[in-house]
Amino acid sequence: MYNFDVEMPGSVADAVSAMGREEAQALGGGQTLIPTLKQRLASPSVLVSLSKISEMKGVCTGEDGALCIGGATVHAAVAKDGFAGLAGLASRIGDPAVRARGTIGGSLANNDPSACYPAAALGCGATIVTNSREIAADDYFQGMFDTALEEGEIITEVRFPVPEVSRYEKFVQPASRFALVGVFVARFSEGVRVAVTGASEDGVFRWAEAEAALSQAFSENAVDGLSVPADGMISDLHGSAAYRAHLVGVMTKRAVANAA
Amino acid sequence: MPKDGGIGASSKRREDVRFLTGEGNYTDDINIRGQAHVFFLRSDVAHGALKGVDTSDAAGMPGVIRIFTGADFEAVGGMPCGWQVTDKHGQPMQEPRHPILAHEKVRHVGEPIAAVVAETLEQARDAAEAISVDIDELPAVVDMKAAVASDDVKVHDDLTSNLCYDWGFVEENKAATDAAFEKAAHVTTLELVNNRLVANPMEPRVAVGDYARGTDDHTLYTTSQNPHVIRLLMGAFVLGIPEHKLRVVAPDVGGGFGTKIFHYQEEAFVTFAAKACNRPVKWTSSRSEAFMSDAHGRDHVTKIELALDAQNNFTAVRTETFANMGAYLSTFAPSVPTWLHGTLMAGNYKTPLVYVNVKAVFTNTVPVDAYRGAGRPEATFQLERVIDKAARELNVDPVELRRQNFIREFPYATPVAVEYDTGDYDATMDKVLEISDREGFAARRAESEAKGKLRGFGINCFIEACGIAPSNLVGQLGARAGLYESATVRVNATGGLVVMTGSHSHGQGHETAFPQVVAEMIGIDESMIEVVHGDTATAPMGMGTYGSRSIAVGGSAMVRATEKIIAKAKKIASHLLEASEGDIELKDGAFSVAGTDKSVAWGDVTLAAYVPHNYPLEDIEPGLEETAFYDPSNFTYPAGAYSCEVEVDPATGEVTIERFASADDFGNVINPMIVEGQVHGGIAQGIGQALLENCAYDENGQLLSASYMDYTMPRADNLPPMDHYVVDHSCQTPCTHNPLGVKGCGEAGAIGSPPTVINAIIDALQSGGHKVDHIDMPATPSRVWSAIHG
Repeated sequence: MYNFDVEMPGSVADAVSAMGREEAQALGGGQTLIPTLKQRLASPSVLVSLSKISEMKGVCTGEDGALCIGGATVHAAVAKDGFAGLAGLASRIGDPAVRARGTIGGSLANNDPSACYPAAALGCGATIVTNSREIAADDYFQGMFDTALEEGEIITEVRFPVPEVSRYEKFVQPASRFALVGVFVARFSEGVRVAVTGASEDGVFRWAEAEAALSQAFSENAVDGLSVPADGMISDLHGSAAYRAHLVGVMTKRAVANAA
Repeated sequence: MPKDGGIGASSKRREDVRFLTGEGNYTDDINIRGQAHVFFLRSDVAHGALKGVDTSDAAGMPGVIRIFTGADFEAVGGMPCGWQVTDKHGQPMQEPRHPILAHEKVRHVGEPIAAVVAETLEQARDAAEAISVDIDELPAVVDMKAAVASDDVKVHDDLTSNLCYDWGFVEENKAATDAAFEKAAHVTTLELVNNRLVANPMEPRVAVGDYARGTDDHTLYTTSQNPHVIRLLMGAFVLGIPEHKLRVVAPDVGGGFGTKIFHYQEEAFVTFAAKACNRPVKWTSSRSEAFMSDAHGRDHVTKIELALDAQNNFTAVRTETFANMGAYLSTFAPSVPTWLHGTLMAGNYKTPLVYVNVKAVFTNTVPVDAYRGAGRPEATFQLERVIDKAARELNVDPVELRRQNFIREFPYATPVAVEYDTGDYDATMDKVLEISDREGFAARRAESEAKGKLRGFGINCFIEACGIAPSNLVGQLGARAGLYESATVRVNATGGLVVMTGSHSHGQGHETAFPQVVAEMIGIDESMIEVVHGDTATAPMGMGTYGSRSIAVGGSAMVRATEKIIAKAKKIASHLLEASEGDIELKDGAFSVAGTDKSVAWGDVTLAAYVPHNYPLEDIEPGLEETAFYDPSNFTYPAGAYSCEVEVDPATGEVTIERFASADDFGNVINPMIVEGQVHGGIAQGIGQALLENCAYDENGQLLSASYMDYTMPRADNLPPMDHYVVDHSCQTPCTHNPLGVKGCGEAGAIGSPPTVINAIIDALQSGGHKVDHIDMPATPSRVWSAIHG
């Protein structure tokens, strides 16, 4: 770890101001950033901790019925107060220690290609609310570790339209237990959304073919015969591109079968 | 009725009080006043010519005391190898120089190039980043067969090739073995990989060097399984420090699994630097460093053939193995694929002819050496996999094929140079079939199939050789050390006693189990006995703990020393009781005269020894302290049968272990609870190897599995629930040649379990109609799915 300063703002406004300092880096729950710092793979001059900002914490229901989750809300809180698919996802991120510290805003800002939350946000068509604007999930995720966030922009809230039924199925990478392939399926009155994490070299993506089929008939069988191309899938020590592409189908079916 | 003390009692581990309350004293807990810290700058390329190391910018950075490079160690010995193997032509193995810091070349990712000693670790690390290293990167050789096939890339330019040795065993049997294959009714062939593993003890390695200028005394605190061995190797062969000026302390050690046997550069460095800087110097390995600097384990590629006659009797076994040595020879590396592997290739079977060929190969990877089981898991895996494959090819029950070929007469001289003293392989096979409920398997398979899963039952036997000995034999085999063990028993005036043992406990529970033996012998309470180990200043010269040797060899030394104590105490008692020495009996902590009610308590005798007012001073010395060295006449041969039930999800390839059962014959058992814990842990590591763990390099010699993000350790949920994780040691054929009749239990689980798991997976896949006859370890979901889908 290199030396750095720490700021602990108590409001979003103060956090935005602190983020204006040179080489500032926002710190959510630190579940990715702290190990990165320990490895000396990042050298921010100041860490702006978001964990003391009470207006960025908590789960509530908005006027339009959406589930509003503060950007600094920890996974454990979402596991308790989220709707079925989202709570199920949050309850299976990492281990209890990770869930007690890691935050939804931190996960979405980092956009790790194997993280779970991006699948929920994209799978529900969530809105990413920042200190300066609102971004639709479909516009937010822009590839591995890449998002629409500008320098210094902070995720203050994530608004999830609540689906009729939903489910996240994750096949874990055996070592890290991040998603080797994770699929979030959400059924809304206007149609079904399917988002896939872990698999693609471009990060989280929607599986349009499955969405169309499941919007016609929300059953496991609807996915039969459908497949995502292996082209563009991640291939590594833990699984080939073809294996990941195959698992997308399996996890999608299981998500449909277990949706609640 | 379970005993509440002594041999056979499940006495609670007394050391756990300090371990579980944070009161342990590990090497990293040792901080010496004035201590400096060292950070090693390690190579990030696998192979390259080291053109220059420019430390000029770094040297002036804050806190830097001194920066060392390879040039500083030119006058110092290289890292020694403790075992010289002779090849099949009678020539000694090729033995490269192994510098403390890389000199002229780097040969694996992680090899230390420079060492920065600074006031703080962070300052040392900052300065290391300012060192400019000029390396001309060279192509790396990672694949063993490629390394042998061509000299295009040579790991060591001054050796004739990348082949360390080409070993044949038993060379005289080769022609007869080949002839047996010519005549065989059936031959089963299997090519397999025994995957490279990283030991991953919970506590990473640590070394603290201290030097007292006033007395010229060196002290090394280190995470070692054998402090005396480190003292000898480092003192005599590396730094030139005589034993009486070098103390090596291995305090509480948080797991070793073999990788803490070896003498490492960092130990020699901190000892050297402490004098050079006149400051205590501390190094604590990060987990990332551990992955690229701790000796790895296994890494064999083998072709095994099994010949059978028309009645399915095994007539011959023939193997060809490539064994990875890595870039340098770690301390005992050459012995692992040879004497710890070839000698076990008869297994539990009366196969009359066995020929083992091993080619040990240098590659641009971390050195490979002993890891829990060391050679014996590799032997067991090959043999038990090829037998299972043969049973399938011949359409016979794998249990019956094994039984038909069991050795049943003991002692039994194998065709691979060892003599099994005792065993009862039918008994452990019967036991494992009983406790695994094999009869209920068909119903459980049907249940799994109803859920869309495949279920398989795997079984195998194993034998291992523990307490490698005797010293004169191992010397002939190339060991550059003896393999005895020592103990000093010091009785105090008021009757309590201390056992100073050359064995080292780093999780095995010696502090509990060793006193049980002495308590039983004397008839006193275990709490009166303390075990002291891990410090060359207090324990007699011992060889340490590995190869499941502690109770069989170290325990036997302790028995011998205690026998001497008892013999002398009887003399004192006979004086006090005014009776003939031959009439004195020791029972329940009291000496009595046979046939009378005259007796004297243990404590009265010990007091007399140290307050010798009424004492036969003309015949015997005061005091009660004895030392014994024990050199076994043979190995011990624990053996057993293991079974495993797996469920395979054909949609994902995921394998879950639903049941595991082990029936081990460890001979006599001192503490059943500790034995069961050892077996549970060993099986967990074996399951880790079979399903999860894989140390992988890419073709450039970059370590792909360099952290827990990619290296899969076994976790609790990878193991079956405890009520289906049954370990049994009730089958006991005591060892015939050591005083306790014990055999050793530390490695059995890791040796016996990997083939069990793979055998079960193959059984599951074939039950689903998949024509898969082998899967290499680890059988990850991806590999299993790929096997199913061709």
